[in-house]
Amino acid sequence: MNIIVSSVLLLFLSALLAPLFKSRQRLLINASFLLAAIASLLGAAGGIWVVGAGITSKLILPVGLPDLPFHLRLDPLAGFFITVICLLSLFVSLYSIGYVKGYLGKRPVTSLVVFYGLFLAGMLMVVLADDALFFLVSWEVMAAASYFLVMFEDELIENRRAAFLYMIVAHVGAIAILLSFGIMAGLTTGFESFSGYTFDAMRQAEFPLQWATAAFLLAFFGFAAKAGVVPLHVWLPEAHPVAPSNVSALMSGVMLKTAIYGIVRVSFDLLGGFPWWWGAIVLIFGLISAVMGVLYALMQHDLKRLLAYHSVENIGIILIGIGLSMIFTSYNMPLLAALALIAGLYHTMNHALFKGLLFMGAGAVLHATHERNMEEMGGLIHRMPWTAALFLVGCVSISALPPFNGFVSEWLTFQAFLLSPALPGPLLKLLIPLGAALLALTGALAAACFVKAFGVTFLGHWRGSRNPRVQEAGPTMRLGMILAALMCLFLGILPTAIIEWMDILTEQLVGDKIGTTAGAFGWMWLTPIASERASYSGSTVFLGILAVVAVVYLLLHVKPSAIHRVPIWDCGFAKINQRMQYNAASFSMPIRRIFGFLFNIKEQVKLTPRGVHPAFPMRLNYYLRIRDRFWGWLYKPVVETSFRLSRRVGRLQQGRIQAYLIYSFITIIVLLVFSR
Amino acid sequence: MNINIAAQINSFLAALVLLTAFGMLVQRRMYGLVHLFTWQGLFLSLNTAIVGYVAGRHHLYISSVLTLALKVILLPYILHVLIQRLKVHKEVETVINVPMTMLIGIALVIFSYHLMSPVRELSNLVTRSTLAVALATVMIGLLMMITRKHAVTQIIGFLAMENGLFFAATSATYGMPLVVELGVALDILIAAFIFGIFFFHIHTTFDSLDIEQMARLKEED
Repeated sequence: MNIIVSSVLLLFLSALLAPLFKSRQRLLINASFLLAAIASLLGAAGGIWVVGAGITSKLILPVGLPDLPFHLRLDPLAGFFITVICLLSLFVSLYSIGYVKGYLGKRPVTSLVVFYGLFLAGMLMVVLADDALFFLVSWEVMAAASYFLVMFEDELIENRRAAFLYMIVAHVGAIAILLSFGIMAGLTTGFESFSGYTFDAMRQAEFPLQWATAAFLLAFFGFAAKAGVVPLHVWLPEAHPVAPSNVSALMSGVMLKTAIYGIVRVSFDLLGGFPWWWGAIVLIFGLISAVMGVLYALMQHDLKRLLAYHSVENIGIILIGIGLSMIFTSYNMPLLAALALIAGLYHTMNHALFKGLLFMGAGAVLHATHERNMEEMGGLIHRMPWTAALFLVGCVSISALPPFNGFVSEWLTFQAFLLSPALPGPLLKLLIPLGAALLALTGALAAACFVKAFGVTFLGHWRGSRNPRVQEAGPTMRLGMILAALMCLFLGILPTAIIEWMDILTEQLVGDKIGTTAGAFGWMWLTPIASERASYSGSTVFLGILAVVAVVYLLLHVKPSAIHRVPIWDCGFAKINQRMQYNAASFSMPIRRIFGFLFNIKEQVKLTPRGVHPAFPMRLNYYLRIRDRFWGWLYKPVVETSFRLSRRVGRLQQGRIQAYLIYSFITIIVLLVFSR
Repeated sequence: MNINIAAQINSFLAALVLLTAFGMLVQRRMYGLVHLFTWQGLFLSLNTAIVGYVAGRHHLYISSVLTLALKVILLPYILHVLIQRLKVHKEVETVINVPMTMLIGIALVIFSYHLMSPVRELSNLVTRSTLAVALATVMIGLLMMITRKHAVTQIIGFLAMENGLFFAATSATYGMPLVVELGVALDILIAAFIFGIFFFHIHTTFDSLDIEQMARLKEED
């Protein structure tokens, strides 16, 4: 407990001290991000230890409102999320030392440093909070700090719009969470006493089903808004691309995870028993997010926007695991519930790592080329070999390919799906195979998407008109990415160790554990339920892949004449140029055709036949714009209705004192008549 | 003094208070309004003293003196000064015409009696019959604020409302505790000062004390 609290205090310290070093920006960057890295290291060590030892400790801070002190509680679930947050923030803080220096001489970075520290501290406090008040205070600290981080380059109108949208969605969500806690606190102690605001009191209380459902639905709505679950995801692809890349890595990697933490905490821990359809709701929203997220990601040409849509997809996959676990729990199948929950939480950690890695890679590319549009990039593998290799690791992980970590968690999710025919109920029997199929589709589409992302960005030739001097990322940036990539590999080849480490979580939340069966055949083989059903050995696959790569490399390079470099065959065209390369729009075209009904596509081809004959056009303009349908479906009606309503209400405000007096006069008369 | 006579006097004074309230509703001249307000304060003060005597609540004497000092002497003086300084003794324009206002006022009195009839049956105080009058006075004060356009009449309406409330307190429960009354009296005094200061500012800003002008402050959409 103390180690985590001291880590939080260190982060606050770094935020507080930053304004003092305003005039010495280089020192400020070095010192504060190093401090953040040390704090994260402390936090990660504390988190790993807490989960490993399975202890729960509490602390009451006599601050806050009178008679409402802040309660802190560090249990294995909190410890797990602290580990996730701190691991990524350690890597990102190291990376930031190099990345933020890119702003030197362009703009002061003091605000970035201050809010970076506050943001990390806020996330840790959310996880530590053990009462509704402290939770919401921390939640707001986190939301406000990240708002200012998104706003960092505030001279661009795009950034201001994105930050505003983010602020609105975050607050609508926060209101829903507040109401949910209000329901729970109210039912715990009634409205006479405030003592129901602690999570401990909520844990012990029994809630009537309809109120529990209301509290759950409100909390799910609130957390889903933060997590970017479809259809509440629109802020995410706006805010993540415009934030500085180290911040987007943290926002996408771990801030969304605090929402997952909230869902797990509220449903499994605070509310306790639930009917199966709560799990089904989570599962369905998870499936929709996964499929829609990846489809929208495929259509993006902005590297960071693409990654942001992938966060939507991965949050969906995590929710699939959690939803399945809730279904299994409600049918009293603790072993399967434990498996599904482990799958969801494992993916939480994995996504934090590989999405952090990918955003750091995208940041390195942005740092070097000052370009976010993939259509303008290409061939970066020659200039930035390290970044390319590390980005590739991230791509392989997120595409759920062995031997990296993404495969393990998606495979575990599939195992949970495949074991669910044991479930009763025809509706579920219909839903589960459909869900498994959609998850498979998601995986395939994600792989396609990252072939596109990596291929267009790093392979081929430079497509842009400008030709900037591209340099490899600096040593600290590389260090951050290398550590994240190594963690991805580690989690991919040693899943049994991790699952045994995480066992305490499922034991406390759903009452069973899979660690003993999962590791029954030694550390090499992962056998989630039983070895005859399924088993996977990450290390064997890794060694196999390594061997194949080594053999191919030797075959190609042992003879120096095996590789020839020749001009590209131009299919008979006279002048082939870089603009003629296969690009992102062309890559995603088949999928755009198949799933076109899901997007709002505007595509125009304009020929300018100024030559001798229309058959020989001089110029061809291609215009493609793809927008999120949810804007038109959900957001525009809401916005328009609220504007209409407020205009109508605004008519009450005439600016005349008499009118206002008449309002109160009539109110008094009516009240007197009716209350008589 | 016989309790019946006291009740008679009380009712008579209540009638006078209501009469002055109606008078204020129809009075068009500024000075006239201030005079009527002074008379209302005087009746109120007398009534408080009598109730205090009959009910044996001696703190009501202090209230009575306080009312006399504030509402009969000090506030009318402040208002006089205000009217002189701002040169607003011309006739007051109303939003609704006077007969209509009178009719609404009568309706309000009937409504108040209707509203207070159950209370009258429950209460056994000497002053129970005047409760309806007190409520009617409050409502007429509010009506006055609604129907007048001028800022000074607004404050007189407000003060008349306060008179009604005070009257209601005396007749319903033989007065509030002294501390509360002292507090209210002080509030009224301060409110009058603040109003006075505001009037000067409004006058210099808009060159008029017609509160219709303040609609210009509204945000245009």
